[in-house]
Amino acid sequence: MRGTTTKGAKANGEALRDVRELRAIAATVLRLAKLCGVKETEVHVEEVVDALTRFANNAIHQNVAEHGLTVSMRTVVDGRTARVTTNRVGEDALRAALENSLALATSQPEDPHLLPLPGKQKYRVLQRFIPATAKLTAEERARAVKRACELAERSGQVAAGIFESGQSQTVMSNSRGLFATYRQTQAEFSVTMQHGGAASWAKANAADVRAIDPIALAQTASEKAARAQNPVELDHGRYTVILEPAAVLDLAGFLFYDFAATAVEDKRSCFSGRLGKTLFGKNITITDDVYHPEQLGPPFDGEGLPRERVVLVEKGVLRNLVYSRRSAKAARSNPTGHGFALPNEYGEAPMNLVIGGGNSSLEEMIRSTERGLLVTRLWYIREVDPYEKIMTGMTRDGLYLVEKGQIGRAARNFRFNQSILEMLGNVELLGAAHRASGEESMEMVVPPMKIRGFQFSEVTKF
Amino acid sequence: MWEYCGHSLDVARLRGATYADVRVMHMRQRDLTTKNGHVGTLGQSESIGLGIRVIAQGAWGFASTDVLTREGVAACAAQAVAIAKASALAKKKDVRLAHEAAYVDSWQSPFVKDPFEIPLETQLDLLLAADEAMRRVKGVTLTETDMQFRKVDTWFASSEGSKIHQRRVVSGCGIVATCFQGDAIQKRSYPNSFGGQHVLGGYELIESLDLLKHAPRVAEEAVALHGAAQCPERTGTLILGGSQLGLQIHESIGHPIELDRVLGQEANFAGTSFLTLDQLHHLRYASPIVNVVADARIAHGPGLGTFAYDDEGVPAQCIDIIKAGKFCGYLSSRETAHLVGLERSGGTVRTEGWNRLPMIRMTNVSIRPGPWTLENLIADTDEGILMETNRSWSIDDRRYQFQFSTEIAWEINGGKKTRMLKNPSYSGITTEFWNSCDAICNDDHWLLWGTPNCGKGQPMQTMGTGHGASPARFQNVKIGTAFSEE
Repeated sequence: MRGTTTKGAKANGEALRDVRELRAIAATVLRLAKLCGVKETEVHVEEVVDALTRFANNAIHQNVAEHGLTVSMRTVVDGRTARVTTNRVGEDALRAALENSLALATSQPEDPHLLPLPGKQKYRVLQRFIPATAKLTAEERARAVKRACELAERSGQVAAGIFESGQSQTVMSNSRGLFATYRQTQAEFSVTMQHGGAASWAKANAADVRAIDPIALAQTASEKAARAQNPVELDHGRYTVILEPAAVLDLAGFLFYDFAATAVEDKRSCFSGRLGKTLFGKNITITDDVYHPEQLGPPFDGEGLPRERVVLVEKGVLRNLVYSRRSAKAARSNPTGHGFALPNEYGEAPMNLVIGGGNSSLEEMIRSTERGLLVTRLWYIREVDPYEKIMTGMTRDGLYLVEKGQIGRAARNFRFNQSILEMLGNVELLGAAHRASGEESMEMVVPPMKIRGFQFSEVTKF
Repeated sequence: MWEYCGHSLDVARLRGATYADVRVMHMRQRDLTTKNGHVGTLGQSESIGLGIRVIAQGAWGFASTDVLTREGVAACAAQAVAIAKASALAKKKDVRLAHEAAYVDSWQSPFVKDPFEIPLETQLDLLLAADEAMRRVKGVTLTETDMQFRKVDTWFASSEGSKIHQRRVVSGCGIVATCFQGDAIQKRSYPNSFGGQHVLGGYELIESLDLLKHAPRVAEEAVALHGAAQCPERTGTLILGGSQLGLQIHESIGHPIELDRVLGQEANFAGTSFLTLDQLHHLRYASPIVNVVADARIAHGPGLGTFAYDDEGVPAQCIDIIKAGKFCGYLSSRETAHLVGLERSGGTVRTEGWNRLPMIRMTNVSIRPGPWTLENLIADTDEGILMETNRSWSIDDRRYQFQFSTEIAWEINGGKKTRMLKNPSYSGITTEFWNSCDAICNDDHWLLWGTPNCGKGQPMQTMGTGHGASPARFQNVKIGTAFSEE
């Protein structure tokens, strides 16, 4: 269906298709379903164009591009449902996928909890497609990478990282008249600077590539790497820590599924039996807000319901959960527009967490600290205890001793075993909240935090 | 498919590529889950497309497309060459590939029963029956089961003349019982946690697992854990069950031996490795009884790291990694082999799919069995803890310091397995840990475990790896640190 030519091929990705092509595919699926006598059908058509330039040892070593389109359809027959996904978009292939979905659906027992498809909905318009990002070329990414590598070489360092740019669009439709569409761009630059045996790191992610300054990020990582040399080995134990936003994001982000009503209903959430209770400090407020100007993502969920802004934690008190249509009915509540595409066993989750910030700053947190540790980033975080929400993991790419209000020597990386519930009760200061990007959790809007009594249990060799 | 392969290679050559390889892949997957007696996920997917990797002006480029027409694959090849030329703007030296012969071959992984031909009702009936058997146990608050099947056809061709078709069929299955009681959540899984056991094989795997026999035990143990004593904090003797040892191998041997990590190519994301090049043939990695191989050959077993050719067209091989405790080999590619003095790649390069760049991945990284039976090993242990089934895993970005916790443990006293322990964990430094290994169980206890969820690369790729292991004993291990209050 997509006409392409090799003449004048460029290193940038192809453009997204006209959205009318995706609408036509969705309409074809619904038409074929009607011809097959299917009572209810839902279809998602998604297209991704993405390119990523990867560098290490001060040179590009991987450089990739992809363009793909998938059609995912769900049929509902007599209280039974199943999903089939394909990337073949010819009518015969779509018909075969539909028949396959029907065969799967009818092979199972009836689900008494399955709801009819939702009807037409209204959505807020979100403009998150930035042409400057969509048009970014491999040459432009390569030139930015080259500048970062040259900066590393001038500093006697070795750079590694990525520069990614992409665009995506989705069309969702169902046989009850629901129709939703969304498109966005996304860019990301991440850089690690290695200095002898030490390293540091910086990363940014945004819809608009012009909001990302690769050289500034490289400069930050370079300066921190230079300070990270010859780390001192400290005793394990409880420390006051200053977590940079990426560290806050990667750790607190592990709470996201605990806010799902289905997780609470299944008694696998750390919030089971704790709704309405004061769990954190009064300075902690957490919302899920896809409409926050620094967030990305569509204004509708996997069932096509509009996403609502939900205050999850207010001044330390667990106020609300998020609900899909099914979990809302079970809890006699209202759906909040956070459901995953059906069928699934997980229900829903908040995908756009915002942790409210405060009036402090990293600088003030450092100045006010008699003895503590400044943490750049955390790594390989895993759950040790699901109800107390004890997480383990390592510090990485820059751990610095703070003494008498000043950053001092680097410290060897620690392993932590820390309850997130306890941690969010020990927050002394918060900075301004902005979109942060790590490697362990999805992007969120979070502030840097100063936290007392953070538990480090062991130290590693570097 | 060969026509698309050939045409894209021709276009790449015409555009200036000095080397190119292409993969057309057709991937089919079926996912089934149940939860608390109801069907959870029920879905099937397929994806077909082409990915081409080229060297032009001495640098790499890769592009992929799902438009399988002559025009579509030509545009994709041209884009890959253009990207390679952009890469050349920031290159240090030209890419050099180790020699490899050209192969024309076709291979299908062995299986007895095609899982896609088994009626869905049969598969769901088994999962729902296992689910129900777990729910019959009083105190269980959540039951989950899953099956996953994959069938992947790959048509590989290179500008050097290789044309290889492979079909791999993978099956996986597992069950989990969870019990929330008071202020704690405990769970037990079978035959392994995080999706169960996965092999290169057909539905015969599922039938061999006897889910209905194990479901009540799994549920009873999940409930019993609440009444068990807390795993003590101490330094002592540890016996790991086979699946946990498999994950220990994965994290503290499999990843550090990846040559791309060692060379800094993963420094920004997955990390680097303590196994710097000067350690090869010098480091005492483990005690002398430890022998580890990376073996992708079918002779090693039906593992997730088993194939006939890797995704660079290099035949499957068995590589010694640790021999009598000494470190002696890395996982390499055609690009990296010469950096460790090898004339040929170790054949470990794989891709998640047609739209991802092939990269160095673990194959089946396995420990050779020792002489012990588990019964004798326990009888030989005066005081120790036996831990089974992973609950969490974490290791630093150079693969020195690790911490694992498992679902369950038993105390060993006077050569006997005694009381159950909850919340077990252990930690250590990789080489210190492996050098403390003083007993490995024999072939009767050895199983090739499948790890279906290994993440690496940017964009992230998820890959299945295999790890043959039998229970083994370690001395002077730090136990219980995860729950320490100190």
